[in-house]
Parts: sequence; C-alpha cells; structure tokens
Amino acid sequence: MKKHITIAILYTLMTSVLLGLAYPLAVTAVARLLYPKQADGELITQDGHLVGSALIGQPFTGPGYFHSRPSAAGIGYDASASSGSNLAPTSKALIDRTEASVAAEQNGAPVPVDLVTASASGLDPDITPAAALYQVPRVAAKRHLPVKSVEALVQEHITQRQLGLLGEPRVNVLELNLALDAMAAKG
Amino acid sequence: MSLNGWLQILLFIALVLLLAKPMGSYMTRVFERRRTWPDGVFGPVERLLYRVTGIDAEHEMRWTEYAVAMLAFSTATLGLTYAVERLQGLLPLNVQHLPGVAPDVALNTAISFTTNTNWQSYVPESTMSYLTQMLGLATHNFWSAAVGLALAIAFVRGIARRESSTLGNFWVDLTRGTLWVLLPMSFVFAIALVSQGVVQNFRPYDKATLVEPQTVTGADGKGTTVTTQVIAQGPVASQEAIKMLGTNGGGFFNANSAHPFENPTPLTNFLQLLSIFILPAGLTVTLGQMVGSPKHGRAVLAAMTILFAIGVTTCYWAESQPNPLMHNVAQQRTEQQSGGNMEGKEVRFGVANSALFATVTTDASCGAVNAMHDSFTPLGGMVPLVNILLGEIVFGGVGAGLYGMLVFVVIAVFIAGLMVGRTPEYLGKKIESYDVQMSMLYLLIFPLVILGFAAVTVMMPTTGLSVLANKGPHGLTEILYAYASATGNNGSAFAGSNWNTHWYNYSIGIAMFVGRFLMIVPMLAIAGNLARKKIVPASAGTFPVTTPLFTVLLVAVIVIVGALTFFPAISLGPVLEHLLLHAGHAY
Repeated sequence: MKKHITIAILYTLMTSVLLGLAYPLAVTAVARLLYPKQADGELITQDGHLVGSALIGQPFTGPGYFHSRPSAAGIGYDASASSGSNLAPTSKALIDRTEASVAAEQNGAPVPVDLVTASASGLDPDITPAAALYQVPRVAAKRHLPVKSVEALVQEHITQRQLGLLGEPRVNVLELNLALDAMAAKG
Repeated sequence: MSLNGWLQILLFIALVLLLAKPMGSYMTRVFERRRTWPDGVFGPVERLLYRVTGIDAEHEMRWTEYAVAMLAFSTATLGLTYAVERLQGLLPLNVQHLPGVAPDVALNTAISFTTNTNWQSYVPESTMSYLTQMLGLATHNFWSAAVGLALAIAFVRGIARRESSTLGNFWVDLTRGTLWVLLPMSFVFAIALVSQGVVQNFRPYDKATLVEPQTVTGADGKGTTVTTQVIAQGPVASQEAIKMLGTNGGGFFNANSAHPFENPTPLTNFLQLLSIFILPAGLTVTLGQMVGSPKHGRAVLAAMTILFAIGVTTCYWAESQPNPLMHNVAQQRTEQQSGGNMEGKEVRFGVANSALFATVTTDASCGAVNAMHDSFTPLGGMVPLVNILLGEIVFGGVGAGLYGMLVFVVIAVFIAGLMVGRTPEYLGKKIESYDVQMSMLYLLIFPLVILGFAAVTVMMPTTGLSVLANKGPHGLTEILYAYASATGNNGSAFAGSNWNTHWYNYSIGIAMFVGRFLMIVPMLAIAGNLARKKIVPASAGTFPVTTPLFTVLLVAVIVIVGALTFFPAISLGPVLEHLLLHAGHAY
C-alpha cells in the first residue's frame, strides 16, 4: 500500500512533465513550423488592423450586409464566451425568438431555417447557400448593385463539401461581406 | 435524410471496422510486451520511468493490489489537478490573468477529469489558464484513458488466464498504454488538426474590430455599441487530440467540438469521430486475440455495430424532422440547405454530422459535442440519453466500454445457461454465483445512482429545479441526462441549465466518483475470480460465444436490461415531450 502511494506520487510528477508540458510544447513547435497561419487562428487583417478570423463568425444585422445566424455567445458572437442557446424544441423562448428573427428576415418566401436558429457555438462563421441567396435581393437593393453581380458573388463564395463528400455546402459570412465591401468600393 | 448523409455515416462505420484489426493487433503486442516498432523511442523512457519511481516491471499483481495501485494513482493525479486549479493565479502561462478556481468547481473538475467524465460546470475560456488546461486537464485525458485501457486489459487477462492468481502489473499496463498508444497517436493527430485550422498557440486573446459595429439593447433597455470582438486562443490542438482519442470529451472552449477553433472543418469532424471509436473498436480485436478466440471478439464487435446502427438511424431521422411549432421557416432539405432541426447545430456539419456525432460521443463515453443536445428534437435527444443509460458499451469509452460490455457478456452467458439448464460457461470457464453477483452489483450501482439523485433533485424546487433552462418534460430530461452523463462518465450535457451550483457540483461529483471507481471494484473482482478458474472442455451443452446467435442474445440482453431499468423515466421525459410537441404545446 505505502509502496504504491510513493510510486503514484513520483509517477504523477514525472508523467505530468511529459504529458502536460513537453507534449503540448512539442506540438506547438511543430505546428508553428509547418502551419503558422492556422496555429494562430487564420486571422484576417485589413489596413494593418485585425478585423477577425476566417474561422470565427461575426455579427451582421444591417440591411446592407449578409446577416449571420442568431448567436447565443455572450452578447452575440462573443468569441470569449462561446455557447449555444440550449433551448428545447418545446421552449416558448425559442419559438418567440425565432418569430422575431423571421419577422426581421422575411421577404415573402419562408426563411431558410439556419438563418433564424442559433448555432451550437454561437460563433458559426457560415450560413447555408440557401440563406445567402435568400438575402441577395435585400443586399443588392440597399447597396444599389445589380442583383446578378451580388448573386454571382455569393456563388463564388460557396464552399462545397470537403473532398466532395464531407459536411455541407456553406458560405463564410465574414469573407462574403468583406468581398461585398470591396465590390461596392470599386463601384 | 439525404443520400450524402448516409454515405458519410457508412464511410465512417466502414473505416472503424477496417481499422479495428490493425489497431487491436498492435495493442495486443503492446500489452503482451512483445516487440513493436516504437520500442527504440519509448523503451528508454519506459525504463527511466520505472527506475526513478521504483516500479518492478516483472511483479505480477492480484486483483486487489491492481485496484489499490489504480486508486493510489487516481488520487495522486486528482490532487495535482486540484492544486493547479486553485493556484493558477500564481502560476505562469496565465495570459488572461485569471484568478484561482473556486473550491467546489475545482473539486468537481478534478473528479470529472480523473474519472474520464470531463463534465464541465464552468466556461473554460474565462475560467482556466493555459497552464491549467495543459498540466491540470490534458494530462488527465491521457491518464484516465490509460487507466481505462489498463483495466480492460486486466479484465481480458482474467478471462484468458487459467488457474492464475494475478492480472498483470498496473504500472506497466499504464505506461505501455500511454507511451505506445496514446502519446504518439495524439501527436500525429494534433498536427493534422492544426493543418485544418485548430489553433495551437500561447497568444493573449486577440481583439478584432468588427466590420459592422453592433448596437445591443441590454436588459435595462439601454443600447450599447459593440465595436470589437475578443477571440479566445490557446494550445487547443494538443488537447483536442487526446480529448477525442482518450474518449474524454472535455472541451478547451465552452462550445466544445462545435467551436470553430476546436473543429473547424468537416474533415476535422470526421477525424474526431474516427478517433473516438478507433481504440474501443480495436480493443474487441485485442480481446479476441488475447483470449485465443478472434471470432468471439468479432461477435462482440458485431453486437456493438448493431446497437450503433439503431442509434444513429433514429437520431438522424429525428433531427431531419421540422419543428412543427415554427412558422414561415423553410425546414425542408433542398440542394441549398440540409434543413431539419438546425437550432444548436453548425452549418458546416448540418444535420447528418450532428446526429452522427451525438450518437458516437455517447456510444463511447466521450462526451464531446459538435451540436447542443439540449436543442435536439425530443426523440433525437433521447438517443444520446439512452446510449448513456445502456452503459456506454457500444464501442464505449477507452477500456471502460470493453469491460462494461464484458459484464453484459457474463450476464448473457448466464441467461443462456439458465435457458438450456446447464452451468453456464464462458470461454471454458464456469460462471458461478460469485461472478453473477458481482456482475449484478456492477449493473445495479449505475441506475441506483442516476435515478436516486434524479429523484432527490426533482423534489427540491429551489435547489434542484430553479436552475433548469427548459420547463415541462424537457426539464426532467435535463436532470436525468446530467446524472446519467456523470455516472456514466460521459460528460456531455443538456447544457442549458446552470449546473454550477453547490448542490449540482457536489452531487454530480459524487455520481462521477461512484460511477467510475465503485464500478471498477466489482469488475476487477470478477476478473480476479475468472483468472483462478480451470478450463472445462467444451461439450454439447456449451453455449458458443462466437456465433450470430450469441450476438443477437447479447444485444437483446443489453436492450432488455436497459429498458426494464429506465423505461418509466424515459417515457416521462423525451417520449412525453415528443407527444406534446406534436400536439402543439410549448413551455
């Protein structure tokens, strides 16, 4: 019994150095060497300042931008407080929130479901192609851009399934909106 | 449901079954201390470890000594994590200057990670420093998984050995599992994750300027303008890899594998799914090889696969259904969207990958999530709950899944023996009253803790019920899920409720502790008793454990035991909620 307690303490100390310090530091070293941009979170800078990460969603609610999904992270897309809404399908709060979102988004046709439901992380960078195309008329009108060119911009920004099989087709909202700003600036 | 969704699910299960053989054969060699290719790298580390700590690698342990060594080790590691959490304010690598963790949260977390549960009542990115994540939590992802592996191997030795009083050496099994299996696989996996965008750094949290500043109306009705976004960072990939491989499941971030920095692409998602099942699937092959009956290993693997298929089909179907309470919302699947129940799901994963992940993470005792189970449809959310209640033996946690399954095998063999009126035999060993008593003890502790705590909790309106996020039958499901997840050492949650209270932190802590250690003791007792027995030659009355008939019997025993125990609770939770949802009720 006493022997095992001594071994347990020494064993814990030794392996904690190996697994808790040496291992993550070695991974960091190799990661920095091979994939420096990915290891830092694919940060996007514009004119010298940080505007976000290509992987982390940002809130967009104005009529001139493509909207992201509702978010339950902190006060919304707070990337230091990731969270889903965790509302049940039978929750009145969920139904009320969805109805408010529907009222804000609707252009006549039923609204694509992802545009009015909160994601799991609250930081979902993507919307479905359906949700992006749904917003084209509003964005084009507000920006005084031809519907066709805004639609073409959306089509360009659709990421297909990975390896042709995995996941679902999607549109990165931050990248799409940055491209939209660039297009509008060019006139 | 879509063809593409099914193709992804089929590819996944095909790869798991394909990889089981090489993985299992490798583990057999590792635990039988035969020559393997990484010997040159890890051999010296192993010998150094034994020399410094004073381990006699040739010493064989009885089941009692094995249990004592395991408990001593678990206690020491628990102590280290508690200390690191409490003292993190004084320690380095605390870029956000977080204070020490409060005592009840620190204790709950230390137990949670020691028991391979990874229940998290805290928000990691605002509670734990980088050092605590690495040294206090990721270490446990290795240790608790290696302990699970060691225990499973000890149980298999109990079946394989004859007229022997010992089950192997705990320290040696622990070391071989860590160095030969978990560490190298995690390293390669971590680098693969970084290549896809999982972060690995020690940066202070970044602050981005929003492209479109947002005006937020607070609860007091006043508007505030938000212009920046704080982006939490950290050494995520190294922890993510072992979190999945060790079926631990504790997220670096609050949103776990739904967070884009933990699980950025469909490919990382697929690899994470594979990494949950690969070791548990491999262990069935190890079982077959070590007991000298590869066919028995395959029969067990087949039973697991059947139960998995039932679960994933139900969950995928349920999540593809529209929510009848939502109006003017396009919930059907089209070319442009996967549709279905998207609340609490990420667009890049859609319904198919979310349902698959939820099934896999609860078949195994992983508990990582890429979608929020709390927001699943009633029947979709029932699948992960039922998976946990069945004991997480469908592939199961690393090690824990196999020994849990083997207890069911003992019961199945016993029932078969009763049916033909012969003394039951398992691989030539007579199953006697002591073995069955211990198996029943193992099977009864589990529902006793879950239903006991859940019953006490629902009788306390303030302490128990006021924290719930959702009302109606869903609230009961939340409580049931919490204690099932804790006792089953899963760690996923119907996460909407505020579980960070004294009552829940301590009661869930006890549930996790009992669910791990009190169940290990009867399990090791069975192993020790089996090892002592003689081999009786097979006769006409022997029930073979290698046939499809055995697989069917095993599945039936698991389902019947689970249904008899939990059906009343399940019908008051998810089943009732499903009926009310379609009758148009909301709470």
